[in-house]
Amino acid sequence: MNVPADLKYTASHEWVRSETDGTITTGITDHAQQSLGDLVFIELPQVGRSLKAGEACAVVESVKAASDVYAPVAGVVLAVNDAVVAAPEKVNADAYGNWLYRLKPANPGDAAKLLDAAGYIAAAGES
Amino acid sequence: MLKQTPLHAIHRAAGARMVDFGGWDMPVHYGSQIDEHHAVRRGAGMFDVSHMLAVDIEPRERAASESGGRDFLRGALANNVDKLTVPGKALYSCLLRPDGGVLDDLIVYFLREDWFRLVVNAGTADKDLAWLGALIAERAPQLKLTPRRDLAMIAVQGPQARDRVWAVLPAARAASESLKPFNAVQAGEYLIARTGYTGEDGFEIALPAALAADFWQALQAAGVKACGLGARDTLRLEAGMNLYGQDMDEAVNPLESGLSWTVDLTSPRDFVGKAALLAAHPSRQLAGLVLQDQGGILRSHQQVTTAHGGGEVTSGSYSPTLSRSIALARLPARVAPGDIVHVDVRRKPLAARVVKPPFVRNGKSLID
Repeated sequence: MNVPADLKYTASHEWVRSETDGTITTGITDHAQQSLGDLVFIELPQVGRSLKAGEACAVVESVKAASDVYAPVAGVVLAVNDAVVAAPEKVNADAYGNWLYRLKPANPGDAAKLLDAAGYIAAAGES
Repeated sequence: MLKQTPLHAIHRAAGARMVDFGGWDMPVHYGSQIDEHHAVRRGAGMFDVSHMLAVDIEPRERAASESGGRDFLRGALANNVDKLTVPGKALYSCLLRPDGGVLDDLIVYFLREDWFRLVVNAGTADKDLAWLGALIAERAPQLKLTPRRDLAMIAVQGPQARDRVWAVLPAARAASESLKPFNAVQAGEYLIARTGYTGEDGFEIALPAALAADFWQALQAAGVKACGLGARDTLRLEAGMNLYGQDMDEAVNPLESGLSWTVDLTSPRDFVGKAALLAAHPSRQLAGLVLQDQGGILRSHQQVTTAHGGGEVTSGSYSPTLSRSIALARLPARVAPGDIVHVDVRRKPLAARVVKPPFVRNGKSLID
């Protein structure tokens, strides 16, 4: 399983990168894109929207299924990646290089409490 | 325990993603469903369809001259086997309940006057055998049904499919080169039919299970791409072909499932379901939808709002050939091609245009 050690994860298959300016960047894991298959539609939250942790805020659809994407932590949406909306297959090609949106976390410490790589591998193995 | 086809080990070794399809462990794709779809539209792809069941109908005793399966099938199938005048000819038909509900859809092959073959869906095979067995006991006890689980079936589809098959089976070329669509010929141990479920040219080939692995690998070496059931589903949807259990089932009749063309109501023969169809006044139809708005993908069970009442998507997906979402939907009969309807996609009403399927045939869009 391709799970970079420098990222944090949720059990619902999102990855999270903490940036030096205190914001976070998030996307779906390589395991998630593989399970879904060829992605053909992505819908992202409005910039400025306030999200609760665990709130469904984006949708990724493959040829065969639609799947919700959940906010890894509470926060406000700062930016969305229009490149993956225009070309969803980029996420299949490189799930960690193609982020979905950026958040300003409501609580600075929240991202550190997410799963590490080993924890995600264990969680994904059970699902 | 899921059932396995003779090619199961090959699918696993190729790293295919497997799914439970009608009780069978089948490949959904080998990497990219969209690449596999395009391979069939542009070149050649192959599908393991050995989960489908071939059922032979023959007299119990060869000498029992007069009655092969023709008279029985005349009364058992909604389409008319009297259209099968030349050995090798194939016909698509529904198998109906007395009330007109669709038990299954199938292809019937006329191989000899004393040898007809039905190819039925995997998920309905046991039900079909029980139904046909009971009907034979009642109407034609001189016949026997033989399920041919000893056979594998491989569909090779695409504009280059026939050439690739001939490259692998040069001895079959002479026999199958002049084969017209919906005809089959026996070439050695291979029954080669010019049929398919993709909207492209190609062959469906039945062969002894023991030969399947070598044949599959030879086709692959000849440039035929292994394709899973995922691509098979988007290809058949673009081709406007129904999937049993999704687009029709026992709760609907063929007249409200886009299948009137497969029902022969004009000949004097009687068949199971005929009286119900003659009395029916279909208030629904199966139509095509092309999504106009951005905002998601059409999927089965989404609700449709039209000027003439509600409907429901029966099969929906992304069309790799058209780069947009398409669907088959059961809609009020008064809805017409060109109408704009609205589909509830995650609580948003998205506009879709009604079209007459197919969406794609022989690699080309038919909807613009």
